Amino acid sequence: HRHLLELLKRTTVHGESNSALIIGPRGSGKTALLNHVLKDLREMEQVRENLLEVHLNGKNPFLSGLLQTNDKVALKEITRQLQLENVVGDKVFGSFAENLAFLLEALRKGDRTSSCPILFVLDEFDLFVHHKNQTLLYNLFDISQSAQTPVTVIGLTCRQDILELLEKRVKSRFSHRQIYLMNSFDFKQYIKIFKKQLSLPAEFPDESFAQKWNNNVQHLSEDKTVQDVLQNLFHHTKDLRSLHLLLMLASSAVTVHHPLLTAADLQEASRQHSTDSKANIVHGLSVLEICLIIAMKHLNEVYDGEPFNFQMVYNEFQKFIQRKAHSMYNFEKPVVMKAFEHLLQLELVQPLERPSVRSQREYLLMKLLLDSSQIMDALQVYPNCPTDVKQWAASSLSWL
Amino acid sequence: MNTRQQSKLIYSWYGKPLSSDRKLRTSQYKGILITSESSKTETCIKLGDFILVEGVNADQPYVAQLMDLYEDGAQHKRAVVQWFCRLEEIPQNKRKLLKREISAQEVFFDQVLGYDTDIAAETIIKRIMVLPLHLSEELPIITLNKEQTFYVRQSWDGKCFKVLSPDTFSKLKEANKKRGVITNYSKAFTPSDILTPVKKETESVVWSATKPKNTDMEIESKHSTSKSSLAKERHSQRVANNDIKTPTARKKLELNSPTRSKGKLLGCEVLGLLDDDCDAIAPLEPSAPKRKVKFTGEMLGSPPKIPCSNDKSKPTSETAEQRQRCSDTLRLSPYTKVKDFSEKDRDLHEEDDILLSLVGYQTQSSQIPVLTPRSRRTCAQKTSALIAEQISLLKSHGKLAAEEDFSSGSDSSYSSSSEEEEDDDVPCTPEKKPKSSKTFSTPKSSRKSAVHTPAKTLKKTPLQGTPRTPRTPRNATPEIPRRVQAAQEPASVLEEARLRLHVSAIPESLPCREEEFQDIYNFVESKLIDGTGGCMYISGVPGTGKTATVHEVIRCLQQAAENEELPPFQFVEINGMKLTDPHQAYVQILEFLTGQKVTATHAAVLLTKLFSTPGPKRKTTVLIVDELDLLWTRKQNVMYNLFDWPTQKHSKLIILAIANTMDLPERIMMNRVASRLGLTRMSFQPYTYKQLQQIVLSRLKGVKAFEEDAVQLVSRKVAALSGDARRCLDICRRATEICEFARQKRAPEIVRMAHVTEAIDEMFSSPYVNAIRNASLHEQIFLKAILSEFCRAGVEEATVQKIYHHYVALCRVEGLQSPTVSEVMAICSRLGACRLLLVEASNKYLHMRVRLNLSQDDVMYALREE
Repeated sequence: HRHLLELLKRTTVHGESNSALIIGPRGSGKTALLNHVLKDLREMEQVRENLLEVHLNGKNPFLSGLLQTNDKVALKEITRQLQLENVVGDKVFGSFAENLAFLLEALRKGDRTSSCPILFVLDEFDLFVHHKNQTLLYNLFDISQSAQTPVTVIGLTCRQDILELLEKRVKSRFSHRQIYLMNSFDFKQYIKIFKKQLSLPAEFPDESFAQKWNNNVQHLSEDKTVQDVLQNLFHHTKDLRSLHLLLMLASSAVTVHHPLLTAADLQEASRQHSTDSKANIVHGLSVLEICLIIAMKHLNEVYDGEPFNFQMVYNEFQKFIQRKAHSMYNFEKPVVMKAFEHLLQLELVQPLERPSVRSQREYLLMKLLLDSSQIMDALQVYPNCPTDVKQWAASSLSWL
Repeated sequence: MNTRQQSKLIYSWYGKPLSSDRKLRTSQYKGILITSESSKTETCIKLGDFILVEGVNADQPYVAQLMDLYEDGAQHKRAVVQWFCRLEEIPQNKRKLLKREISAQEVFFDQVLGYDTDIAAETIIKRIMVLPLHLSEELPIITLNKEQTFYVRQSWDGKCFKVLSPDTFSKLKEANKKRGVITNYSKAFTPSDILTPVKKETESVVWSATKPKNTDMEIESKHSTSKSSLAKERHSQRVANNDIKTPTARKKLELNSPTRSKGKLLGCEVLGLLDDDCDAIAPLEPSAPKRKVKFTGEMLGSPPKIPCSNDKSKPTSETAEQRQRCSDTLRLSPYTKVKDFSEKDRDLHEEDDILLSLVGYQTQSSQIPVLTPRSRRTCAQKTSALIAEQISLLKSHGKLAAEEDFSSGSDSSYSSSSEEEEDDDVPCTPEKKPKSSKTFSTPKSSRKSAVHTPAKTLKKTPLQGTPRTPRTPRNATPEIPRRVQAAQEPASVLEEARLRLHVSAIPESLPCREEEFQDIYNFVESKLIDGTGGCMYISGVPGTGKTATVHEVIRCLQQAAENEELPPFQFVEINGMKLTDPHQAYVQILEFLTGQKVTATHAAVLLTKLFSTPGPKRKTTVLIVDELDLLWTRKQNVMYNLFDWPTQKHSKLIILAIANTMDLPERIMMNRVASRLGLTRMSFQPYTYKQLQQIVLSRLKGVKAFEEDAVQLVSRKVAALSGDARRCLDICRRATEICEFARQKRAPEIVRMAHVTEAIDEMFSSPYVNAIRNASLHEQIFLKAILSEFCRAGVEEATVQKIYHHYVALCRVEGLQSPTVSEVMAICSRLGACRLLLVEASNKYLHMRVRLNLSQDDVMYALREE
């Protein structure tokens, strides 16, 4: 934080050009850090404004790589945000080449001492790397390395290998300042964060309730089950966003009649949070579809994960029906086909290649997108499952 | 004047050959006949006439005097000329030698040797006027043919300006006399003190129609003054510009402010604006002469005396104003005397009276009834009260005048425009719109886009050549807003050092590149002296100082050219990375050379023409092509053209091509391109550690901020890795920062080893290990599972499904709750986003293949530490 603050301060105060990258996994607070620094910076300048009359209007073109899909759009956006003179009412006209030349000319004219420093923030920096020739990055870095208008280029990305994506001459111009953000806190801090997130702020209107609520939160944080839930989540991911998500789920259970959060709420939320989506789909399937999935599972085991087609699945299903005909109604082939297509639509099975007009649907090669353990788990909780289907699922080879 | 027009002209000899040389098989003629096919007009140009010769830039033809005409053996019509050079042709750095300002119409008698005076007769465009003037003479007002009249005051021999020798002067005068132009020199009047009333001076206006064509009308008035003060110069400039607009455009720029002192203050800004004006007016030119014909050019009487106190008064007439302004010159503007003179007169009277009553200034304009308030521009700069007053007055005046105009119904065309120049927020006061459709009001578009009052000002007029789309300001100046407060100067040693270590800091010399520098310098210098063209290819890995060295060479050469050691040259630079498309290179080169803006294809045609045809006054061009590899196109026509031009006989083009790869010509260029590039190559080797050390130390000369060993460590590290000087400087800079942080606690003054090591670690450390160590437990287990799967399969790639089995097993071993598949997928995609893993598109779900983005050993190492 301090590093970044210093860096930006130098740009604004001394007119020094810089470039830096903030790298960290998703949810590690890159943007939050930058915003925080900018806020601090603005405050500082405000303070100094009285004394030295500095309000450097360090403009912040926030460029998001997701919005600026190519250099052309990005360039227009920069020009617009800088409010250069070829901007007319928030719109930029002219060709790409003109705009680039114009912007470069504008930036070239400035020098260290007289021009207003500019801060470029490139969000999702990795997407800018994929632009053609990396023209924008080259030019930005080149400006930051030459005696032109002072600029600071800050890139935000989650990719650790970002530097390898830069072209060599672009890389050479980048100053190699990297700020790594990691979620390096341990579980105790995690609990603290949990408490802080859940506690009501002091300015909450109903003070007595806030008191009660906060006490409850304190109590919760010491509770064993809650700690287990949090520990589990912590082990899975250190991303604070997932914690927020969990707490959101839990606190949505709070009603007038149920004013305080309980450990059970959190457990429930955690359960919801960690359920397997595909296995959940299996619960809603018909018995025929379950049977087809079991047939596919057997095929997978027999052929060791080789792709199968509908005919194979149907044959497998027929074998089962013939042996245990009494428990299942023998469906006709079109009906089975229909059920199979339903599974296809649910993306429980996936075709290996795009279905073409020529190949017959029965012989299209498919893959099952479920693991056998998932199927077994799903069968355990499946309501009203015929016992022989369960037996069939459990013992694959004996039926052959 | 442009090529299109020229193409329709037919050149034929006028009269019979005067003499012919049998031996050389040349025959001389006394004149040439230019027949325009389209208009069936014939123009005869005789020896001694002044002509315009087609130049590099279509908008700026060369001025010359025709000395000789002959037909050579090959039946080519040739002409020998005496050049005059425009101000634009004189190098920027020499212009200051002039110590005065030059109007657009002033040319210099060219005595530079080396220019080819023998030109093709077909390049002659038309005849013009060149009037010799004494240095101290005022520029006369030329109301007609302003485009075709030039003035000569001094000569230019490439080094300095000289006053025209009497001999030349008389010759030039002779040439003019021959054409029937009578120049009349009025006797010099004594310049009076600025504040004293203007003395009446004699002026004589002689104008004569020399040619049947209306364009030949000429009005000459000479005022000689014995003193050429700066103010006068300015004035003359202004007048020259005013002339441009005379009858039609009434955007007179009057430096008239209520008080004398104010007027002085304006000075340069207004001149700048004037130039703008001039540009804006340019498209109108064609219409101007037409208009002029109608005027009988009546000189309206000049007032006998205008006391300077009148300055305070509202300027009511151009003439009067100018009198007031430059007290020692009397400016005459030919005002139009239209048929109903009396009516107009009356109008004016009324108007003036109204004005008078409104303004309440004491004015003498009523005494000069003929003079009309043609244009009025108040540059209110000082007292805001006065501004406000003036605006309101002007406004009301404008309105009244407009009404007046209506009621009188006179067809007299005059307009009053008053514009506030300096204040952006002051709207243009309404301009009175003239009845005559020929006159139009062009609102002055002040650079800062003054707010125009839309109701009154006519934005577009039919005559205005360039329809200005209000959406796109064309001449927006690319500029970054200035910073409010000056940048702080470095306070401490470390800050000073950091400033010097910044890559942008320009060192006085480039250490360790002396040899390369000398090679390039010699190459370019020899080509410059020979006046030939050539290519040089420079390669080297990034950060080895290629561009810096080349720029240094150019800087030295420019200095040498300034000191007359080398012939002057033009310098153009393009950068492949700064172009959006390889073809844009043409556009940029052309813009650098001539200032024209055209499309890429047209630019290519123009440039090819430029470089392949012998130009009379061509300077050598040095072209730097940076990042050459990006100019690659499939047909390679851009590169082909670039390298083809220097091989042309007349191109005088030197190309320095810069790229990273040494074997670029062999690798990506076609044979025909590579062969044109030639074999002059140079490669920049990466810096060795000693050189890097020298570079850093040379930058830090005089600043004791680094330990000797620390610099050496950095240099060695960088040299081992890349030899990139930029990297080296960046590390040093970072080290100063670290040092500064540390200093807050203790007080080490200089950067030590520890700081440097820290900086290096920061820059070169692998982020992966750290990232893995900070990953969550399950993410780590997942990585372990990947490792064990790889181990089992022996292939460095696995599907999620397989890894999942290992993963579940591992979880059991660790005694953890086994996660669901969804959670595993989430973990997998998170690691993929960090690029610790390389993953396929996630729609394959369990069959998604996973690969490690770092070596297994690294993962193992990172995980074992736990």
